[in-house]
Amino acid sequence: MHAFKYHRPASVNDAAALAKGEAKLLAGGQTLVQTMKLRLASPSDIIDLGTIKDLAGIKSDGKSVTVGAMTRHAEVAHSADVKKAIPALAALAGMIGDRQVRAMGTCGGSIANNDPAADYPAAVLALNATITTNKGKYEADKFFKGMFTTALGAGEIITSVSFQVPKRAAYTKFKNPASRFAIVGVFVADFGGSVRVAVTGAGPAVFRQADMEKALGAKFAPESVANIKQKQDGLNSDMHASAEYRAHLVTVMARRAVEAALR
Amino acid sequence: MAVKVSLKVNGKSVSVEVEERTLLVTVIRENLRLTGTHVGCDTAQCGACTVSMNGKAVKSCSILAMQAEGADVMTIEGVAKADGTLHAMQAAFKEHHGLQCGFCTPGMVMNAIDFAKSHPNPSEQEIREALEGNLCRCTGYHNIVKAIGAGAKAMAAGK
Ligand SMILES: Cc1cc2nc3c(=O)[nH]c(=O)nc-3n(C[C@H](O)[C@H](O)[C@H](O)COP(=O)(O)OP(=O)(O)OC[C@H]3O[C@@H](n4cnc5c(N)ncnc54)[C@H](O)[C@@H]3O)c2cc1C
Ligand code: FES
Ligand code: FES
Repeated sequence: MHAFKYHRPASVNDAAALAKGEAKLLAGGQTLVQTMKLRLASPSDIIDLGTIKDLAGIKSDGKSVTVGAMTRHAEVAHSADVKKAIPALAALAGMIGDRQVRAMGTCGGSIANNDPAADYPAAVLALNATITTNKGKYEADKFFKGMFTTALGAGEIITSVSFQVPKRAAYTKFKNPASRFAIVGVFVADFGGSVRVAVTGAGPAVFRQADMEKALGAKFAPESVANIKQKQDGLNSDMHASAEYRAHLVTVMARRAVEAALR
Repeated sequence: MAVKVSLKVNGKSVSVEVEERTLLVTVIRENLRLTGTHVGCDTAQCGACTVSMNGKAVKSCSILAMQAEGADVMTIEGVAKADGTLHAMQAAFKEHHGLQCGFCTPGMVMNAIDFAKSHPNPSEQEIREALEGNLCRCTGYHNIVKAIGAGAKAMAAGK
Protein backbone atom coordinates (compact mmCIF):
# COMPACT_ATOMS: atom_id res chain seq x y z
CA MET A 1 0.00 0.00 0.00
CA HIS A 2 1.34 3.44 -0.87
CA ALA A 3 1.62 6.01 1.88
CA PHE A 4 -1.18 8.53 2.42
CA LYS A 5 -2.21 11.13 4.94
CA TYR A 6 -5.03 10.02 7.23
CA HIS A 7 -7.82 12.33 8.40
CA ARG A 8 -10.55 11.88 10.95
CA PRO A 9 -13.09 14.68 10.27
CA ALA A 10 -15.75 15.44 12.86
CA SER A 11 -18.50 16.38 10.41
CA VAL A 12 -19.63 15.91 6.81
CA ASN A 13 -18.63 19.51 6.10
CA ASP A 14 -15.11 18.93 7.40
CA ALA A 15 -14.91 15.74 5.35
CA ALA A 16 -16.08 17.56 2.21
CA ALA A 17 -13.45 20.26 2.71
CA LEU A 18 -10.76 17.55 2.78
CA ALA A 19 -12.15 15.54 -0.15
CA LYS A 20 -10.09 17.25 -2.82
CA GLY A 21 -7.75 16.06 -5.57
CA GLU A 22 -6.43 12.55 -5.04
CA ALA A 23 -8.08 12.13 -1.64
CA LYS A 24 -10.47 9.23 -1.02
CA LEU A 25 -13.29 8.68 1.44
CA LEU A 26 -13.02 5.62 3.69
CA ALA A 27 -16.18 3.95 4.98
CA GLY A 28 -15.89 0.34 6.20
CA GLY A 29 -12.76 -0.21 4.14
CA GLN A 30 -13.88 -3.68 3.05
CA THR A 31 -13.31 -2.79 -0.58
CA LEU A 32 -10.99 0.19 -0.39
CA VAL A 33 -8.30 -1.24 1.91
CA GLN A 34 -7.83 -4.26 -0.36
CA THR A 35 -7.85 -2.02 -3.43
CA MET A 36 -5.09 0.08 -1.90
CA LYS A 37 -3.06 -3.02 -1.01
CA LEU A 38 -3.20 -4.03 -4.66
CA ARG A 39 -2.25 -0.46 -5.57
CA LEU A 40 -5.33 -0.21 -7.74
CA ALA A 41 -5.98 2.89 -5.66
CA SER A 42 -3.20 5.11 -4.30
CA PRO A 43 -4.94 8.07 -2.70
CA SER A 44 -2.92 10.98 -1.35
CA ASP A 45 -5.29 11.32 1.59
CA ILE A 46 -7.74 9.03 3.35
CA ILE A 47 -10.77 10.67 4.88
CA ASP A 48 -12.31 8.35 7.44
CA LEU A 49 -16.07 8.80 7.71
CA GLY A 50 -16.19 6.28 10.58
CA THR A 51 -16.27 8.78 13.42
CA ILE A 52 -18.91 11.12 12.00
CA LYS A 53 -21.81 10.41 14.34
CA ASP A 54 -24.91 11.37 12.35
CA LEU A 55 -23.92 9.29 9.31
CA ALA A 56 -24.98 5.98 10.87
CA GLY A 57 -28.46 4.88 11.83
CA ILE A 58 -31.84 3.75 10.52
CA LYS A 59 -35.14 5.64 10.44
CA SER A 60 -38.47 4.21 9.39
CA ASP A 61 -41.70 6.19 8.98
CA GLY A 62 -44.02 3.70 7.29
CA LYS A 63 -43.50 5.16 3.82
CA SER A 64 -39.75 4.86 3.65
CA VAL A 65 -36.75 3.42 5.43
CA THR A 66 -33.76 5.74 5.59
CA VAL A 67 -30.36 4.17 6.09
CA GLY A 68 -27.40 6.38 7.02
CA ALA A 69 -24.39 6.00 4.73
CA MET A 70 -22.17 4.58 7.50
CA THR A 71 -24.74 2.03 8.66
CA ARG A 72 -23.09 -1.40 8.61
CA HIS A 73 -24.64 -4.28 6.67
CA ALA A 74 -25.09 -6.21 9.95
CA GLU A 75 -27.12 -3.37 11.47
CA VAL A 76 -29.52 -3.32 8.53
CA ALA A 77 -29.76 -7.13 8.55
CA HIS A 78 -30.68 -7.20 12.25
CA SER A 79 -32.76 -4.02 12.47
CA ALA A 80 -36.28 -4.69 13.78
CA ASP A 81 -37.51 -1.59 11.89
CA VAL A 82 -36.12 -2.77 8.55
CA LYS A 83 -37.37 -6.33 9.09
CA LYS A 84 -40.84 -4.97 9.73
CA ALA A 85 -41.03 -2.39 6.92
CA ILE A 86 -38.97 -4.07 4.16
CA PRO A 87 -37.98 -7.60 5.15
CA ALA A 88 -36.39 -8.12 1.73
CA LEU A 89 -33.92 -5.30 2.44
CA ALA A 90 -32.88 -6.81 5.78
CA ALA A 91 -32.49 -10.18 4.08
CA LEU A 92 -30.36 -8.64 1.31
CA ALA A 93 -28.02 -6.99 3.82
CA GLY A 94 -27.71 -10.33 5.62
CA MET A 95 -26.62 -12.03 2.38
CA ILE A 96 -23.66 -9.74 1.73
CA GLY A 97 -20.27 -11.42 2.01
CA ASP A 98 -19.72 -13.00 5.41
CA ARG A 99 -20.45 -11.93 8.97
CA GLN A 100 -17.06 -10.25 9.48
CA VAL A 101 -17.49 -8.23 6.27
CA ARG A 102 -21.05 -7.32 7.32
CA ALA A 103 -19.73 -5.99 10.65
CA MET A 104 -17.66 -3.37 8.81
CA GLY A 105 -19.08 -2.82 5.31
CA THR A 106 -21.53 0.05 4.87
CA CYS A 107 -24.54 0.90 2.75
CA GLY A 108 -22.95 4.14 1.48
CA GLY A 109 -19.67 2.42 0.59
CA SER A 110 -21.43 -0.31 -1.31
CA ILE A 111 -23.57 2.08 -3.34
CA ALA A 112 -20.70 4.51 -4.06
CA ASN A 113 -18.52 1.62 -5.18
CA ASN A 114 -21.24 0.23 -7.51
CA ASP A 115 -19.57 -3.12 -8.05
CA PRO A 116 -21.38 -4.89 -10.92
CA ALA A 117 -22.04 -7.85 -8.60
CA ALA A 118 -22.97 -5.90 -5.47
CA ASP A 119 -26.31 -6.45 -3.74
CA TYR A 120 -27.33 -3.01 -2.45
CA PRO A 121 -27.63 -1.40 -5.91
CA ALA A 122 -30.43 -3.88 -6.70
CA ALA A 123 -32.37 -2.73 -3.63
CA VAL A 124 -31.74 0.93 -4.42
CA LEU A 125 -33.08 0.56 -7.95
CA ALA A 126 -36.02 -1.77 -7.22
CA LEU A 127 -37.18 0.19 -4.16
CA ASN A 128 -36.93 3.47 -6.07
CA ALA A 129 -34.62 4.88 -3.45
CA THR A 130 -33.42 8.45 -3.09
CA ILE A 131 -29.71 8.93 -2.47
CA THR A 132 -28.91 12.00 -0.40
CA THR A 133 -25.44 13.52 -0.55
CA ASN A 134 -23.80 16.63 0.89
CA LYS A 135 -24.66 18.35 -2.41
CA GLY A 136 -28.22 17.20 -3.14
CA LYS A 137 -30.43 14.24 -3.96
CA TYR A 138 -30.45 11.62 -6.70
CA GLU A 139 -33.23 9.35 -7.87
CA ALA A 140 -32.14 5.74 -8.12
CA ASP A 141 -32.83 5.69 -11.87
CA LYS A 142 -30.27 8.46 -12.39
CA PHE A 143 -27.59 7.26 -10.00
CA PHE A 144 -25.91 4.10 -11.36
CA LYS A 145 -24.01 4.97 -14.53
CA GLY A 146 -21.98 1.88 -15.40
CA MET A 147 -19.33 -0.46 -14.09
CA PHE A 148 -18.00 1.06 -10.82
CA THR A 149 -19.37 4.46 -11.84
CA THR A 150 -22.16 6.57 -10.39
CA ALA A 151 -23.52 10.09 -10.71
CA LEU A 152 -21.44 11.18 -7.70
CA GLY A 153 -19.08 14.07 -8.40
CA ALA A 154 -15.48 14.06 -7.17
CA GLY A 155 -15.43 14.21 -3.37
CA GLU A 156 -19.23 14.09 -3.12
CA ILE A 157 -20.35 12.29 0.05
CA ILE A 158 -23.42 10.07 0.35
CA THR A 159 -25.09 10.83 3.67
CA SER A 160 -28.14 8.54 3.51
CA VAL A 161 -30.33 6.39 1.30
CA SER A 162 -34.16 6.35 1.56
CA PHE A 163 -35.81 3.18 0.35
CA GLN A 164 -39.56 3.30 -0.46
CA VAL A 165 -41.64 0.73 1.39
CA PRO A 166 -43.27 -1.62 -1.13
CA LYS A 167 -46.42 -3.69 -0.71
CA ARG A 168 -44.25 -6.78 -1.03
CA ALA A 169 -40.78 -7.55 -2.27
CA ALA A 170 -38.05 -10.16 -2.36
CA TYR A 171 -34.43 -10.48 -3.39
CA THR A 172 -32.94 -13.72 -4.63
CA LYS A 173 -29.31 -14.16 -5.46
CA PHE A 174 -27.31 -16.85 -7.16
CA LYS A 175 -24.10 -16.52 -5.19
CA ASN A 176 -20.60 -16.97 -6.39
CA PRO A 177 -19.71 -19.71 -3.91
CA ALA A 178 -16.24 -18.30 -3.25
CA SER A 179 -16.87 -14.55 -2.93
CA ARG A 180 -20.64 -14.61 -2.17
CA PHE A 181 -21.05 -11.72 -4.61
CA ALA A 182 -24.02 -12.11 -6.98
CA ILE A 183 -23.48 -14.01 -10.21
CA VAL A 184 -27.04 -12.86 -10.73
CA GLY A 185 -29.33 -11.25 -8.17
CA VAL A 186 -32.89 -10.08 -8.82
CA PHE A 187 -34.87 -7.72 -6.59
CA VAL A 188 -38.61 -7.61 -7.27
CA ALA A 189 -40.74 -4.94 -5.60
CA ASP A 190 -44.50 -4.62 -5.96
CA PHE A 191 -45.85 -1.15 -5.16
CA GLY A 192 -49.45 -2.20 -5.86
CA GLY A 193 -50.01 -1.61 -9.55
CA SER A 194 -46.46 -0.77 -10.47
CA VAL A 195 -43.67 -3.29 -10.15
CA ARG A 196 -39.94 -2.68 -10.29
CA VAL A 197 -37.44 -5.42 -11.14
CA ALA A 198 -33.74 -4.75 -10.68
CA VAL A 199 -31.01 -7.12 -11.85
CA THR A 200 -27.47 -7.12 -10.46
CA GLY A 201 -24.46 -9.27 -11.31
CA ALA A 202 -25.62 -9.93 -14.85
CA GLY A 203 -24.49 -6.77 -16.61
CA PRO A 204 -21.78 -4.10 -16.22
CA ALA A 205 -24.07 -2.37 -13.71
CA VAL A 206 -27.46 -2.93 -12.11
CA PHE A 207 -30.40 -2.49 -14.53
CA ARG A 208 -34.21 -2.68 -14.61
CA GLN A 209 -35.93 -5.47 -16.52
CA ALA A 210 -38.75 -3.67 -18.33
CA ASP A 211 -40.47 -6.75 -19.83
CA MET A 212 -40.73 -8.37 -16.44
CA GLU A 213 -41.96 -5.18 -14.80
CA LYS A 214 -44.76 -4.94 -17.35
CA ALA A 215 -45.79 -8.56 -17.02
CA LEU A 216 -45.74 -8.46 -13.23
CA GLY A 217 -47.66 -5.17 -13.23
CA ALA A 218 -50.45 -6.95 -15.10
CA LYS A 219 -50.29 -10.03 -12.89
CA PHE A 220 -47.96 -10.45 -9.93
CA ALA A 221 -47.32 -14.17 -10.23
CA PRO A 222 -44.30 -16.41 -10.91
CA GLU A 223 -45.71 -17.58 -14.26
CA SER A 224 -45.74 -13.99 -15.50
CA VAL A 225 -41.94 -13.99 -15.70
CA ALA A 226 -41.23 -17.71 -16.16
CA ASN A 227 -41.07 -17.41 -19.94
CA ILE A 228 -39.54 -13.97 -20.31
CA LYS A 229 -36.06 -14.33 -21.74
CA GLN A 230 -33.35 -11.84 -20.85
CA LYS A 231 -31.28 -10.76 -23.87
CA GLN A 232 -27.64 -11.86 -23.67
CA ASP A 233 -26.27 -8.78 -25.44
CA GLY A 234 -23.99 -6.76 -23.20
CA LEU A 235 -24.18 -9.16 -20.26
CA ASN A 236 -21.01 -10.11 -18.37
CA SER A 237 -19.13 -13.17 -19.49
CA ASP A 238 -16.22 -14.34 -17.38
CA MET A 239 -14.68 -17.40 -15.76
CA HIS A 240 -17.60 -17.59 -13.33
CA ALA A 241 -20.43 -17.62 -15.84
CA SER A 242 -21.09 -17.01 -19.54
CA ALA A 243 -23.52 -14.34 -20.73
CA GLU A 244 -25.87 -17.11 -21.84
CA TYR A 245 -25.88 -18.64 -18.38
CA ARG A 246 -26.38 -15.29 -16.70
CA ALA A 247 -29.29 -14.49 -19.02
CA HIS A 248 -30.89 -17.79 -18.07
CA LEU A 249 -30.34 -17.06 -14.38
CA VAL A 250 -32.13 -13.71 -14.63
CA THR A 251 -35.38 -15.49 -15.47
CA VAL A 252 -34.88 -18.17 -12.82
CA MET A 253 -33.98 -15.68 -10.08
CA ALA A 254 -36.88 -13.38 -11.03
CA ARG A 255 -39.36 -16.24 -10.85
CA ARG A 256 -38.01 -17.31 -7.47
CA ALA A 257 -38.09 -13.72 -6.21
CA VAL A 258 -41.78 -13.42 -7.13
CA GLU A 259 -42.49 -16.75 -5.41
CA ALA A 260 -40.66 -15.51 -2.32
CA ALA A 261 -42.48 -12.17 -2.34
CA LEU A 262 -45.82 -14.00 -2.37
CA ARG A 263 -44.94 -16.23 0.58
CA MET B 1 4.70 9.77 8.62
CA ALA B 2 4.54 8.22 12.06
CA VAL B 3 1.32 8.80 13.93
CA LYS B 4 0.03 7.56 17.26
CA VAL B 5 -2.84 5.14 17.65
CA SER B 6 -4.29 4.29 21.05
CA LEU B 7 -6.58 1.37 21.69
CA LYS B 8 -7.36 -1.34 24.20
CA VAL B 9 -6.09 -4.82 23.41
CA ASN B 10 -7.13 -7.71 25.63
CA GLY B 11 -8.12 -5.28 28.35
CA LYS B 12 -4.86 -3.32 28.35
CA SER B 13 -4.55 0.22 27.01
CA VAL B 14 -1.81 0.47 24.43
CA SER B 15 -0.43 3.29 22.36
CA VAL B 16 1.82 2.66 19.39
CA GLU B 17 3.59 4.75 16.77
CA VAL B 18 2.72 3.56 13.28
CA GLU B 19 2.72 4.69 9.70
CA GLU B 20 -0.73 5.85 8.64
CA ARG B 21 -1.04 2.98 6.18
CA THR B 22 -0.44 0.31 8.86
CA LEU B 23 -3.06 -2.43 9.14
CA LEU B 24 -4.64 -3.40 12.45
CA VAL B 25 -3.25 -6.92 12.07
CA THR B 26 0.28 -5.51 11.74
CA VAL B 27 -0.07 -3.60 15.00
CA ILE B 28 -1.34 -6.74 16.71
CA ARG B 29 1.35 -9.07 15.38
CA GLU B 30 4.40 -6.84 14.99
CA ASN B 31 4.04 -3.99 17.45
CA LEU B 32 2.30 -5.96 20.20
CA ARG B 33 3.85 -9.34 19.31
CA LEU B 34 0.49 -11.09 19.67
CA THR B 35 1.14 -13.65 16.95
CA GLY B 36 -1.92 -15.80 17.66
CA THR B 37 -3.78 -13.69 15.11
CA HIS B 38 -2.73 -15.09 11.73
CA VAL B 39 -2.51 -13.74 8.22
CA GLY B 40 -3.64 -16.33 5.70
CA CYS B 41 -4.68 -14.53 2.57
CA ASP B 42 -4.20 -10.82 3.29
CA THR B 43 -7.16 -10.22 0.96
CA ALA B 44 -10.23 -10.43 3.29
CA GLN B 45 -11.09 -13.97 2.20
CA CYS B 46 -9.84 -16.48 4.80
CA GLY B 47 -10.73 -15.06 8.23
CA ALA B 48 -7.48 -16.24 9.89
CA CYS B 49 -6.93 -12.64 11.04
CA THR B 50 -10.35 -12.37 12.75
CA VAL B 51 -10.32 -10.44 16.02
CA SER B 52 -13.08 -8.88 18.07
CA MET B 53 -13.35 -5.10 17.74
CA ASN B 54 -15.87 -3.42 20.05
CA GLY B 55 -17.52 -6.81 20.51
CA LYS B 56 -17.78 -7.72 16.82
CA ALA B 57 -15.71 -10.20 14.83
CA VAL B 58 -13.84 -8.41 12.04
CA LYS B 59 -10.98 -9.17 9.67
CA SER B 60 -7.97 -7.27 10.98
CA CYS B 61 -6.14 -7.50 7.63
CA SER B 62 -8.84 -5.29 6.11
CA ILE B 63 -8.87 -2.54 8.71
CA LEU B 64 -6.39 0.30 9.09
CA ALA B 65 -4.92 0.60 12.55
CA MET B 66 -6.19 4.20 12.50
CA GLN B 67 -9.76 2.92 12.18
CA ALA B 68 -9.28 1.16 15.52
CA GLU B 69 -8.43 4.35 17.44
CA GLY B 70 -10.16 4.11 20.82
CA ALA B 71 -11.50 0.63 20.06
CA ASP B 72 -11.68 -2.31 22.42
CA VAL B 73 -9.92 -5.16 20.65
CA MET B 74 -9.75 -8.78 21.80
CA THR B 75 -7.42 -11.31 20.20
CA ILE B 76 -7.17 -15.06 20.73
CA GLU B 77 -4.59 -14.39 23.48
CA GLY B 78 -7.27 -12.59 25.48
CA VAL B 79 -10.04 -15.18 25.57
CA ALA B 80 -8.71 -17.71 28.11
CA LYS B 81 -8.76 -16.87 31.81
CA ALA B 82 -5.60 -15.46 33.39
CA ASP B 83 -4.94 -18.80 35.09
CA GLY B 84 -4.95 -20.54 31.70
CA THR B 85 -8.44 -22.05 31.92
CA LEU B 86 -9.69 -22.22 28.33
CA HIS B 87 -12.72 -20.22 27.16
CA ALA B 88 -15.76 -22.48 26.63
CA MET B 89 -15.35 -22.14 22.84
CA GLN B 90 -11.66 -23.06 22.97
CA ALA B 91 -12.49 -26.03 25.17
CA ALA B 92 -15.14 -27.15 22.69
CA PHE B 93 -12.63 -26.99 19.79
CA LYS B 94 -10.26 -29.18 21.83
CA GLU B 95 -12.97 -31.61 22.90
CA HIS B 96 -14.43 -32.02 19.40
CA HIS B 97 -11.09 -32.00 17.63
CA GLY B 98 -12.09 -28.90 15.67
CA LEU B 99 -8.61 -28.36 14.27
CA GLN B 100 -5.74 -30.10 12.57
CA CYS B 101 -2.81 -27.80 11.76
CA GLY B 102 -4.39 -24.99 13.80
CA PHE B 103 -3.62 -22.17 11.39
CA CYS B 104 -7.25 -21.15 10.92
CA THR B 105 -8.22 -21.84 14.53
CA PRO B 106 -7.69 -18.43 16.18
CA GLY B 107 -9.92 -16.82 13.54
CA MET B 108 -12.46 -19.61 13.80
CA VAL B 109 -12.65 -19.25 17.58
CA MET B 110 -12.89 -15.43 17.51
CA ASN B 111 -15.69 -15.55 14.95
CA ALA B 112 -17.45 -18.39 16.78
CA ILE B 113 -17.45 -16.54 20.11
CA ASP B 114 -19.09 -13.51 18.52
CA PHE B 115 -21.60 -15.68 16.64
CA ALA B 116 -22.51 -17.67 19.77
CA LYS B 117 -23.44 -14.50 21.67
CA SER B 118 -26.50 -14.13 19.43
CA HIS B 119 -26.97 -17.88 18.75
CA PRO B 120 -27.07 -19.81 22.03
CA ASN B 121 -28.30 -22.96 20.33
CA PRO B 122 -27.40 -22.71 16.63
CA SER B 123 -28.44 -25.19 13.96
CA GLU B 124 -25.81 -26.82 11.75
CA GLN B 125 -27.02 -24.65 8.87
CA GLU B 126 -26.61 -21.46 10.91
CA ILE B 127 -23.10 -22.46 11.93
CA ARG B 128 -22.07 -23.26 8.36
CA GLU B 129 -23.39 -19.88 7.19
CA ALA B 130 -21.54 -18.14 10.03
CA LEU B 131 -18.32 -19.72 8.73
CA GLU B 132 -18.62 -18.22 5.24
CA GLY B 133 -15.72 -15.89 6.02
CA ASN B 134 -13.41 -18.49 7.57
CA LEU B 135 -11.49 -20.96 5.44
CA CYS B 136 -9.89 -24.14 6.73
CA ARG B 137 -7.58 -26.14 4.49
CA CYS B 138 -7.40 -29.18 6.76
CA THR B 139 -10.49 -30.30 8.59
CA GLY B 140 -13.30 -30.31 6.04
CA TYR B 141 -15.20 -28.19 8.62
CA HIS B 142 -17.18 -31.08 10.09
CA ASN B 143 -15.60 -31.02 13.55
CA ILE B 144 -15.42 -27.24 13.56
CA VAL B 145 -19.19 -27.15 13.10
CA LYS B 146 -19.62 -29.65 15.95
CA ALA B 147 -17.27 -27.68 18.18
CA ILE B 148 -19.09 -24.39 17.59
CA GLY B 149 -22.46 -25.99 18.35
CA ALA B 150 -21.14 -27.38 21.61
CA GLY B 151 -19.21 -24.20 22.44
CA ALA B 152 -22.28 -22.03 21.90
CA LYS B 153 -24.34 -24.20 24.24
CA ALA B 154 -21.58 -24.14 26.84
CA MET B 155 -21.34 -20.35 26.59
CA ALA B 156 -25.11 -20.05 27.00
CA ALA B 157 -24.91 -22.26 30.08
CA GLY B 158 -22.44 -19.75 31.52
CA LYS B 159 -19.37 -21.95 31.22
C1 LIG C 1 -14.87 -11.16 1.31
C2 LIG C 1 -15.82 -10.09 0.82
C3 LIG C 1 -17.04 -10.49 0.33
C4 LIG C 1 -17.95 -9.53 -0.14
N1 LIG C 1 -19.15 -9.96 -0.61
C5 LIG C 1 -20.05 -9.05 -1.04
C6 LIG C 1 -21.33 -9.46 -1.51
O1 LIG C 1 -21.67 -10.64 -1.50
N2 LIG C 1 -22.18 -8.51 -1.96
C7 LIG C 1 -21.86 -7.18 -1.93
O2 LIG C 1 -22.68 -6.38 -2.31
N3 LIG C 1 -20.67 -6.76 -1.46
C8 LIG C 1 -19.77 -7.66 -1.01
N4 LIG C 1 -18.55 -7.22 -0.55
C9 LIG C 1 -18.27 -5.78 -0.54
C10 LIG C 1 -18.73 -5.14 0.78
O3 LIG C 1 -20.14 -5.07 0.81
C11 LIG C 1 -18.14 -3.75 0.95
O4 LIG C 1 -18.38 -3.47 2.29
C12 LIG C 1 -18.71 -2.65 0.11
O5 LIG C 1 -18.63 -2.87 -1.24
C13 LIG C 1 -17.96 -1.36 0.34
O6 LIG C 1 -18.38 -0.81 1.50
P1 LIG C 1 -17.36 -0.23 2.54
O7 LIG C 1 -18.16 0.43 3.59
O8 LIG C 1 -16.44 -1.28 3.00
O9 LIG C 1 -16.63 0.91 1.69
P2 LIG C 1 -15.10 1.28 1.45
O10 LIG C 1 -14.34 0.09 1.03
O11 LIG C 1 -14.58 2.04 2.61
O12 LIG C 1 -15.28 2.28 0.23
C14 LIG C 1 -15.65 1.83 -1.05
C15 LIG C 1 -15.68 3.01 -2.02
O13 LIG C 1 -16.80 3.85 -1.77
C16 LIG C 1 -16.38 5.18 -1.48
N5 LIG C 1 -17.27 5.66 -0.40
C17 LIG C 1 -17.45 5.05 0.79
N6 LIG C 1 -18.38 5.70 1.51
C18 LIG C 1 -18.81 6.74 0.76
C19 LIG C 1 -19.79 7.76 0.95
N7 LIG C 1 -20.52 7.84 2.07
N8 LIG C 1 -19.97 8.67 -0.04
C20 LIG C 1 -19.24 8.59 -1.19
N9 LIG C 1 -18.31 7.64 -1.43
C21 LIG C 1 -18.09 6.72 -0.47
C22 LIG C 1 -14.93 5.07 -1.10
O14 LIG C 1 -14.22 6.26 -1.38
C23 LIG C 1 -14.46 3.91 -1.96
O15 LIG C 1 -14.16 4.34 -3.25
C24 LIG C 1 -17.62 -8.15 -0.08
C25 LIG C 1 -16.39 -7.75 0.44
C26 LIG C 1 -15.49 -8.71 0.89
C27 LIG C 1 -14.17 -8.26 1.44
S1 FES D 1 -5.71 -12.72 6.39
FE1 FES D 1 -7.43 -11.48 6.76
S2 FES D 1 -9.02 -12.55 5.82
FE2 FES D 1 -7.27 -13.75 5.31
S1 FES E 1 -6.86 -26.67 10.85
FE1 FES E 1 -5.42 -26.33 9.28
S2 FES E 1 -6.34 -24.67 8.20
FE2 FES E 1 -7.86 -25.22 9.59
